Amino acid sequence: MTLTADASPGVKPARPKGASFDPIFQGLCFAAATALLAALGGVIVTLAIGGWPAFQNMGLGFITSSEWNPVTDVYGAAGPLVGTIITAALALALSLPIAFGVAIFLVELCPTVLRRPIGTAVELLAGIPSIVYGMWGLFVFAPFFSKHVQVPLMTAAPVGSVWEKLVAGVPNGTGILAAAIILAIMILPFMAAMLRELLLTVPPQVRESAYGLGATRLEVVSSVTLPYVRRGAIGAVMLGLGRALGETMAVTFIIGNSHGFPKSIFDSGSTIASTIANEFTEATSVAHTSSLLALGLMLFVITFAVLGLARLLIGQSKH
Amino acid sequence: MKSARATQRQIANGLFSAGCYLVTFIALAFLAAILWSLLTQGLGGLDMAVFTQDTPAPGSEGGLRNAILGSLMMCVMGMLGALIIGVLAGTWLAEYAGDSKYGAVVRFLNDVLLSAPSILIGLFIYGILVAPFGGFSGYAGAAALALLAAPVITRATEDVLLLQPGALRESAVALGTPLWRTILSVLWRSAGGGILTGALLAFARITGETAPLLFTALNNQFFSLDMGKPTASLPAVIYQYALSAYDDWRRLAWAGALLIAITVLAVTIIARFVAREPRRS
Repeated sequence: MTLTADASPGVKPARPKGASFDPIFQGLCFAAATALLAALGGVIVTLAIGGWPAFQNMGLGFITSSEWNPVTDVYGAAGPLVGTIITAALALALSLPIAFGVAIFLVELCPTVLRRPIGTAVELLAGIPSIVYGMWGLFVFAPFFSKHVQVPLMTAAPVGSVWEKLVAGVPNGTGILAAAIILAIMILPFMAAMLRELLLTVPPQVRESAYGLGATRLEVVSSVTLPYVRRGAIGAVMLGLGRALGETMAVTFIIGNSHGFPKSIFDSGSTIASTIANEFTEATSVAHTSSLLALGLMLFVITFAVLGLARLLIGQSKH
Repeated sequence: MKSARATQRQIANGLFSAGCYLVTFIALAFLAAILWSLLTQGLGGLDMAVFTQDTPAPGSEGGLRNAILGSLMMCVMGMLGALIIGVLAGTWLAEYAGDSKYGAVVRFLNDVLLSAPSILIGLFIYGILVAPFGGFSGYAGAAALALLAAPVITRATEDVLLLQPGALRESAVALGTPLWRTILSVLWRSAGGGILTGALLAFARITGETAPLLFTALNNQFFSLDMGKPTASLPAVIYQYALSAYDDWRRLAWAGALLIAITVLAVTIIARFVAREPRRS
């Protein structure tokens, strides 16, 4: 926006009245944009400064040790780190096929009458706060899971088998797998809604020409529509993963909150976010607080990588 | 006559379609189950006392008045901050940044901030507003919520401003209007519906946020209008009460969860309605 007048001497350039406020307004807008940038930078700096003593005290042991004991002031982050990655990966594995199925159903198979209501319902459910999922998980899902999944699987396991080791633990309905299932239910509407939007961007001509060649629905989806939205779909899935990695409340309710490595899929465990939520306000020693902040820094690095990649892929798919 | 290949393709297709129906049914069943427990468990605890009395000690009568009020105060204050930052930042991205490198960086990092784990935002606000100033406060809670809502509004503002026709800008400039006036009275006005939709979605997002409030606003058992002190909020009270061993506390937690879910759903539906309005006319 340059409003330069002609160069004839003695003639004042014609400037609209009030134009002197323009640079101020632009400065305000610029400051607001920079404030967002500063906030993100501030998050990194706060976590790095606060968490530095933990890395300094424990060295590499902070990441590799699984002993987390506030009483003796020894902190090793391997337990929550592994818990975070396992629950998020399991949740993604569980919800991915369902989210794709729902999105494909809504775009390709659903009767037209039901398309709007189901689509809207999925989008609305994506906005339900995670604490609601957590409460439902603890009070409704956990008792059901204990009675109908954990106990039968444990009693059916042959003594001394790998299966027995995999399902060992206390069958009280909580634990790693239960947390992963609740996370899966939580990210499901979120991913399904995004995938549906993506599939709707496929031009009808492309899809119809494939049908016109005699392709079945499966062939149209697998060789035309999905390849068309491939990048965006990967991005959407990674956004879902980012959500699962950083989710706090839904997990804190049901994961069982014990430190150390989970020994089986029914064993209780912890994630980075649940450990911070549980202990941060109660941490009294400097080492404890800084260990929690260091955990936060690791979570930040992991989610930043995942979200950054997701946004790059989604951004590329748009152009 | 059908070849074996054609039959095979049709069977594969049939299985695939059946699978899609099945997983959609499973997904809807889970989500219906959640809504059902929310309604059955929450409606039982939802009475007038919830709105007129404060959070009780275990075993005594009480409601959620202070928590509802605290949530409302922090969300409204957070939204005010987020609107100022978000609308201005979105305007900068749409009107001034163009294809500049800095604009691309802000756009990218805003998208990352948009989906960053909310608990980390809580830790950050704890580090800059709670620890140095000696205590948990409602203002810190509001700041954390503002930081969660701002990226949503920034994104919505930029998107909707970019949709405004260039002729709108040119006609305002041709009348001799300075750029800032053009933005204020022409662009913002014509983009108002979209910005409002973004703001409502941001509001829906922060009403249910729990994690960032745990280290910023903490909680408060008593009625208080002073945001300089620890402030109660619905999500924090739900968290505390749901994990307690007392039946009446759990009943209140379900009622609170139902209240939050209804609020979020209502605001989201209004947002969708607002978003559709201009297209009709």
